[in-house]
Amino acid sequence: MNWEILGIWLGAALTLCLYSFLYRDNPFYKFAEHLFVGMSAGYWVIYSIENILKPNWWQQMFPEGGGFNWIWIIPGVFGLFMLARIIPKISGLSRMAIGMMIGTGAGLNMVSFFQTNAMAQVKGTIISVSSGGVWTIFSNTLLVVGVITGLVYFFFSKAHTGIVGKTANVGITILMVAFGASFGYTIMARISLLIGRCQFLIFDWIPTIPRLLGIGG
Amino acid sequence: MRLIIPLAITFVSGMIMVLHFFVPHWPINIMGDNLQEWFMIVTAAAIFLGALNLMHVHFRKIKLKLKNWKYSPVTIIGFMAMFVAGLIYGVTSARPFDFMFMNMVAPMGSTMFSLLAFFVASAAFRAFRASNWRATLLLTSAFIVMLGQVPIGAMIWDKIPLAKVWLMTFPNTAGQRAVMIGAAMGVVSTSLRMIFGIERSYLGGTE
Amino acid sequence: MASIIEKLGNTDRRIIFILIALSVIIPVTTHLIFPNPVGAEPSRDMYEYVDALPEGCDVLMSFDYGPSTMPELHPMAIAITTHLMRKDINVVCMALWPEGASLAQEVMSNVADSLGKEQYEDGCNLGYKTGGAIMIVRLGSSMNAVFPTDRDNLPWDEIPMLEQISDLASFDLVITLSAGDPGVPAWVMMAGDRFGVPVGGGCTAVSAPQFYTYLQTGQMVGLLGGLKGAADYETLVGIQEGPAVEGMAPQSVAHLVIMLFIIIGNVAYFSEKKKKGGRE
Repeated sequence: MNWEILGIWLGAALTLCLYSFLYRDNPFYKFAEHLFVGMSAGYWVIYSIENILKPNWWQQMFPEGGGFNWIWIIPGVFGLFMLARIIPKISGLSRMAIGMMIGTGAGLNMVSFFQTNAMAQVKGTIISVSSGGVWTIFSNTLLVVGVITGLVYFFFSKAHTGIVGKTANVGITILMVAFGASFGYTIMARISLLIGRCQFLIFDWIPTIPRLLGIGG
Repeated sequence: MRLIIPLAITFVSGMIMVLHFFVPHWPINIMGDNLQEWFMIVTAAAIFLGALNLMHVHFRKIKLKLKNWKYSPVTIIGFMAMFVAGLIYGVTSARPFDFMFMNMVAPMGSTMFSLLAFFVASAAFRAFRASNWRATLLLTSAFIVMLGQVPIGAMIWDKIPLAKVWLMTFPNTAGQRAVMIGAAMGVVSTSLRMIFGIERSYLGGTE
Repeated sequence: MASIIEKLGNTDRRIIFILIALSVIIPVTTHLIFPNPVGAEPSRDMYEYVDALPEGCDVLMSFDYGPSTMPELHPMAIAITTHLMRKDINVVCMALWPEGASLAQEVMSNVADSLGKEQYEDGCNLGYKTGGAIMIVRLGSSMNAVFPTDRDNLPWDEIPMLEQISDLASFDLVITLSAGDPGVPAWVMMAGDRFGVPVGGGCTAVSAPQFYTYLQTGQMVGLLGGLKGAADYETLVGIQEGPAVEGMAPQSVAHLVIMLFIIIGNVAYFSEKKKKGGRE
């Protein structure tokens, strides 16, 4: 059996099953959709075992040279607490594991977001608006004004009236340009995915049809 | 009491991570390093929980013959096929697990998202209206980017790609940065509320 | 005339679907190729940064995507890995997304085979780890603690090319190929801002606009945005007829078709509005 051709045909059949949704919802689409969900979940679980639980937990708790590292019982217990969620009687235990995850994430995010997405961005906005050519001055001014007015637009603690309202109006105008750019990029992204599938069907799958039927090379 | 221990765990783990940022020395570094490694294990358990829940939902659907229950065995068989293949053959290349991923999961994943190409086109046709001057600005910006991103834009007029680069570097950066700073402040305040136990909805209640 | 515009405005969605499909299928089937000029784009910055890296240095590539965004990010991964391996740079792969581990292996195997490179000497795949940004912080103090083994469970100490690697600072560059979260922001926050390692990479077109802020501040050395970014890199590296460059023609046609749809939709909208205004 030619495994390569089998693989291509499996991929093509499932691709066409999913595309059948464009006509309307149908059993072929539903079949592929359900299969995708199940297989993806299986993939995630296996990678969690093979790439995380085995090397980062089990082999740490029971090292190759022998012995037992008791400290690794703690994450194991927290992991079991997490799984306790499926048993209604003891599901409250999962709060401990969730608390640990949320706390760790919140602690890290609080400082990191402030450093990278707030302070560094403010620093990046402190640029010269008086040096360079006319176009550079205009562009830099637009950047500075855009950031400040955009922030004013997002400041909801004060009513958007008077000078605040006018500033926020400038902000929303800049935001519209940014959202337009995002829309343009989104169109590009979606079309790229379609191109990828068409390339697969046209260049990989269709040439196997004559081979399978014994026609041509 | 039901909430005190989880809230204490949240506070301690949150504070360890904050201190680890500012004081990466003994004993905080040891505590921080351990917590980060443990986090991976607990997250892996959360993935297990998700998979178990998925199986539970589908077995229940079959048992109670709920809507579309006939497709539930497909999900269960798909899950089991990957799970068993992974356990027996491992994740290395050119084995059944890898074969199923490359030839079934990958094409399905790509196709699922490529469907959006059709719907985004249809939505743009029906909803993208230049109904006022700001919407017109949004539309113009989108057109410049759509043309500037592809070779045909330069074929039409060689200044279009330059206009796109300018638009992305200045007005787009300004707008995105305003959103980014605003969101960052939101993350900071929410994180603080979580660490200090003011925000506790993630524990499933406020009591 | 007015009725034609009205009819066009009420076009069935399936007709739109067919036209979109044709706008992609026809250029792909006819092998239509447009030259892809690379201007002063962030993709050029990325290429130039990688090109200036010295031979024998170490680069960490993180495959933070899954099959859903493969058509955009896989060509980037192939082009960047080819560039790195041609320059005899050691490539260490890892993934923040589980599917990324398999995709990294595919890229590594194909590129290494085509260039005669050896696994574990010129490139290796450490596999997937969960935890996103939190795991990256741990990489900042010890790589070995996070990756005691590679993807195929080979112990860290038995991989020759990892002898010199201790933590994130051992790398001259981190490249992330990101489809969402965790991805670019996590690497910029942790590897870039916290541990001072230069960060560059590629992302889906959807998320590219938000990362321009990181480019302006110098938090990223370069960025490949979507299929255009991949095509730019293929062009700069000199990959003949790569999937991204080949994709630029259908991309162009599809963009024109969508723009045409938007124009027709607007003409129909204003025509209807005018008609209603006339009646009032």
